[in-house]
Amino acid sequence: MTGPLLSIRGLTKAYPGVVANDDVSFDIQPGEVHALLGENGAGKSTLVKMIYGLVKPDQGEMVLGGSAYAPGQPQEARARGVAMVFQHFSLFDALNVAENVALGMAEPPKTNELAERIRTVSEQYGLPLDPWKLVGDLSAGERQRVEIVRCLLQDPKLLIMDEPTSVLTPQEVEILFATLRKLKDEGTSILYISHKLEEIRSLCDEATILRLGRKVGTCTPREVTAAQMAEMMVGSELHRPERTPAAPGAVRLALNDLSVASPGQFGTSLKNITLEVRAGEVLGLAGVAGNGQDELLAALSGELTCKAGMVVLDGREIGTAGPGQRRSLGLLTAPEERLGHAAAPDMSLTENALLTGAEREGLMANGFLKWSKARDFAARIIERFDVRTPGTETAARALSGGNLQKFVIGREVMQRPEVLVVNQPTWGVDAAAAATIRQALLDLAAGGTAVVVISQDLDELMEVSDNFGALNEGRLSEILPATGLTMEQIGLMMGGAHGMEVAHV
Amino acid sequence: MLRLEKRPQPSRTLSYVTPVLAVLITMVAGGLLFALLGKDPVAAIRTIFWDPLFGEFSFYYRPQLLVKGGPLILIALGLSLGFRAGIWNIGAEGQYIMGAITGAGVALALYPLEAWWIFPAMIIAGALGGWAWAMIPALLKVRFGTNEILVSLMLVYVAEQFLASMALGLMKNPEGFGFPGSRNLQQYASAHNAEIIADTGMHWGVAAAFIAAIMAYVMMNRHILGYQIRLTGEAPRAARFSGVKPARLVLFCMGTAGALAGLAGVFEVSGPSGQISTGFNVGYGFTAIIVAFLGRLHPFGIVLAGLLMALTYIGGEAAQSTMQLPGAAIQVFQGMLLFFLLAVDMLTNYRVRFVAREAV
Amino acid sequence: MDVSAINPVLLLASLMVAATAVLIAAVGELIVEKAGVLNLGVEGMMITGAICGFAAAVTTGSPTIGFIAAAAGGAGLSLLFALLTQFALANQVASGLALTLFGLGLSSLIGQGYVGIKPPPTPELDIPLLSDIPVLGPVLFSHDLVVYFGLALVAVVWAFLKFTRGGLILRAVGENHAAAHALGYKVVRIRVLAILFGGACAGLGGAYVSLVRVPQWTEGMTGGAGWIALALVVFASWKPWRVLLGAYLFGGVTVLQLNLQAAGIAVPAEYLSMSPYLITILVLVIMSADRSAAPASLGRSFHASQ
Repeated sequence: MTGPLLSIRGLTKAYPGVVANDDVSFDIQPGEVHALLGENGAGKSTLVKMIYGLVKPDQGEMVLGGSAYAPGQPQEARARGVAMVFQHFSLFDALNVAENVALGMAEPPKTNELAERIRTVSEQYGLPLDPWKLVGDLSAGERQRVEIVRCLLQDPKLLIMDEPTSVLTPQEVEILFATLRKLKDEGTSILYISHKLEEIRSLCDEATILRLGRKVGTCTPREVTAAQMAEMMVGSELHRPERTPAAPGAVRLALNDLSVASPGQFGTSLKNITLEVRAGEVLGLAGVAGNGQDELLAALSGELTCKAGMVVLDGREIGTAGPGQRRSLGLLTAPEERLGHAAAPDMSLTENALLTGAEREGLMANGFLKWSKARDFAARIIERFDVRTPGTETAARALSGGNLQKFVIGREVMQRPEVLVVNQPTWGVDAAAAATIRQALLDLAAGGTAVVVISQDLDELMEVSDNFGALNEGRLSEILPATGLTMEQIGLMMGGAHGMEVAHV
Repeated sequence: MLRLEKRPQPSRTLSYVTPVLAVLITMVAGGLLFALLGKDPVAAIRTIFWDPLFGEFSFYYRPQLLVKGGPLILIALGLSLGFRAGIWNIGAEGQYIMGAITGAGVALALYPLEAWWIFPAMIIAGALGGWAWAMIPALLKVRFGTNEILVSLMLVYVAEQFLASMALGLMKNPEGFGFPGSRNLQQYASAHNAEIIADTGMHWGVAAAFIAAIMAYVMMNRHILGYQIRLTGEAPRAARFSGVKPARLVLFCMGTAGALAGLAGVFEVSGPSGQISTGFNVGYGFTAIIVAFLGRLHPFGIVLAGLLMALTYIGGEAAQSTMQLPGAAIQVFQGMLLFFLLAVDMLTNYRVRFVAREAV
Repeated sequence: MDVSAINPVLLLASLMVAATAVLIAAVGELIVEKAGVLNLGVEGMMITGAICGFAAAVTTGSPTIGFIAAAAGGAGLSLLFALLTQFALANQVASGLALTLFGLGLSSLIGQGYVGIKPPPTPELDIPLLSDIPVLGPVLFSHDLVVYFGLALVAVVWAFLKFTRGGLILRAVGENHAAAHALGYKVVRIRVLAILFGGACAGLGGAYVSLVRVPQWTEGMTGGAGWIALALVVFASWKPWRVLLGAYLFGGVTVLQLNLQAAGIAVPAEYLSMSPYLITILVLVIMSADRSAAPASLGRSFHASQ
């Protein structure tokens, strides 16, 4: 075939108040791995949803394989040979692997035949899967395999992958890349969405860079440095957090053989977790999604309780204490999910400030609320963390991800915690907000707080941590000093390749 | 083509406008319904909504507004707490019955003793009766995770049977010549919930409803408990993170709703109704669900909604006698009101846009 | 008291009849809930079906037309629920309650002219030979068609959910509507169809009460059967065959307490009349320990924003 596989011309899509994509054009050649690079909120997701038929463009056109292409729905896109692996998987926990795969196909074969094909294809590409297992019981990496296998069974001409490596260990990333290279050799084009520059440099042939919905440039990733790409992506030089390492102080938080059953049907129970965090220390905990991060945060926040001696704060056994009591003793937390867990979406920022600040900030007396003080507290958070919002009475859901995250983290930081535990503090947040948040965590540690950062972003952990550990299936690895760790070591701490194998080329 | 767009945040103005809008739409739709039944729609609407307040016989109807509105408001206030927190007690009718039975039980046991403390004791017993009946679904939910909607509703049917057995058995008036039903408490001075001001309909139950509305307002807006109730309804996971104990909240909301429904029951049985009989309950517990939503689960809104709903009852009765409008038509009218309310409610959270059909 | 007067064969035979109304309504609701929608308006749709079916059967003299009208009436009412919850995105619990309150009022309005009338009889299907088998014959093979329709419906719904692509898509929508949408399935359309099916089933169940079970029209005659149907779905952990089991259990309790009342047992009739509701609560308590079978998106609104 000559000419591009997919040609995108002037795609534009506006939502109320935001232009998600503004006149975006680029080409994808047959057998090319094309990177779509941009910060959170740059419009990558909207663009691929238009290619996959989930969103209709306001303007612009696409040409696929030489003929006009305007999918009204995903079925049409799949029929034309376009397949997509979602960042937040489009999977059904209570259905088995074969059923999940069948749902993504136009005309699935009989179940037994399909199961056989799943087995064959998954082994061929080094992504072994049991077709009869419930998807809810699979690890994050395995769930991604289901999505990929679902796509591969349809022999796609173009495979779209949205941030595929965020749920993988470094070893698993290598294996995935081997699979993708094999696909490329077979002539499949891949549209690869990411903001991880090193990955793009090692995998992709061409890159299109988006910023604030516009295409701001193209490059050949192998020929430029990561720093050059970063500058195109962010538009200015990145602020690296500064830190002044302090001599570690006394042990503030200790977990002794912490074991808690997960409350969710498909959750991960914590098994024998033992660790210590000292004053002034930042402990980074890595791990692929779904390896017990949410449960660990819940066990520390007090949403899950355990035996008294399993959680020790400044020498006090607090395992049985609830969230309010732990907070008043100085153990503060910030969960991963902003909307619905760390904050109530439809409530105002003032009311959200009360959510964790009521007692420690003295926002109530005898159970009666002091609204003016609460408003004042919210205003102080907004000011100190540069939260972009019309005011304290705005609903939380009206804020952008980055601004709400600054508010949520700021709310805890402003309460002068003795120990602060955060989960995914910069997930889905733009680079500037992420830098603000990391700096705030480091400043807090410098002031003598013990900080635990649970994150799936290894670069982030390497940037902020003094010591480093990883969660794998609810267990904690050995904890090592962060400096001097290699990617290889980190990957092994995270559980290595989790049963994946290199594609049989 | 119509399209819904989520507003960045709920519109405050519209949350006040939508109930009024729903009432207006219901009047139009109700008028159509009445026309279908062969009645003059304008006359029917006027008979229901205007005449009881300003017509010739308003001296008779106006007090009825409070008599009927009191229990509706009292019950709806209790329900609104739970509804706000996502706890669905829909068995208020049963709790209302049980409150009446326990309250009346105290009086009937003491008859013919006259003492000042009898009436207060009845009130307490009534509240406890409703509370205890509501505690059954609450405890089952907390302990076993049983669906409170179904259990509280099942208990309405149980309570109705219990009421029948009381009216026909244990509480039957020994001097009632074999007729079903208890002694009439209106004729038992110490147990009579008499009007506080004569000929206004203002009895102790109505006073209790207004006091409860003020207390509910203070709690919902100034107290941490109200904040926790709202938080649980908006985002249950965030509520647990904040330190709310869900089980305690379920017990509190269900218990309060039960106690208020029980109070409504005892005020009714000792006042306007007068006796325990098989037809004692007339559906206040269910109509109060409409009142709670129409009042947007806000205490003062509920007061207004309760009075409006009382008006439809009274006006409905008037229309029944003067225009032969079937009684069921009013029930349909009330049901439609809730429908339209829920339908226009989306306007507070979504914006409706007209868009040209997109070229595919 | 004379408990021995209770004939076990007749008891079993009438059990199947007593169970049929809730069975059909519950199977309909099962499909609705499998699609991720909680419609609490079953009682309202049943009573509407009861009067629509009754009125149509009386007017035309044909029970068949009556049952068709009942299904149409139930489905029509459920369309209101579908509009509210799927297009106006109203709270499903509140909308279901509204449906019930509205249905109760509407049915008594329609039913005014029908009090005290006898409907045309629904013929019993005496299967030759089979119905002559002692014990088994009267218990299993001498009922009206609707009883067998109910059994067939359970089988069809079970097979649909387990073996067909449509069933798989329905379960997928109820499990994770966002993912189903991302794969290109029309979440709202599928849910509306499920709601209509549930409404038609509830209407049929209601008509069975007014045309066969009682048979006459009285206000509020379904007496909570719709709520019991809802409870049966929970009891059954969303599995069709267990709905059948639950319906027969409920039918058994109903029939037994009626027989005991007739036999003049020394318990006041009111306490016996409570028993089906109390048993339902008891069963709910026992079954609610296992919530894992509930569709994960049950009761949540879906709006395809962005």
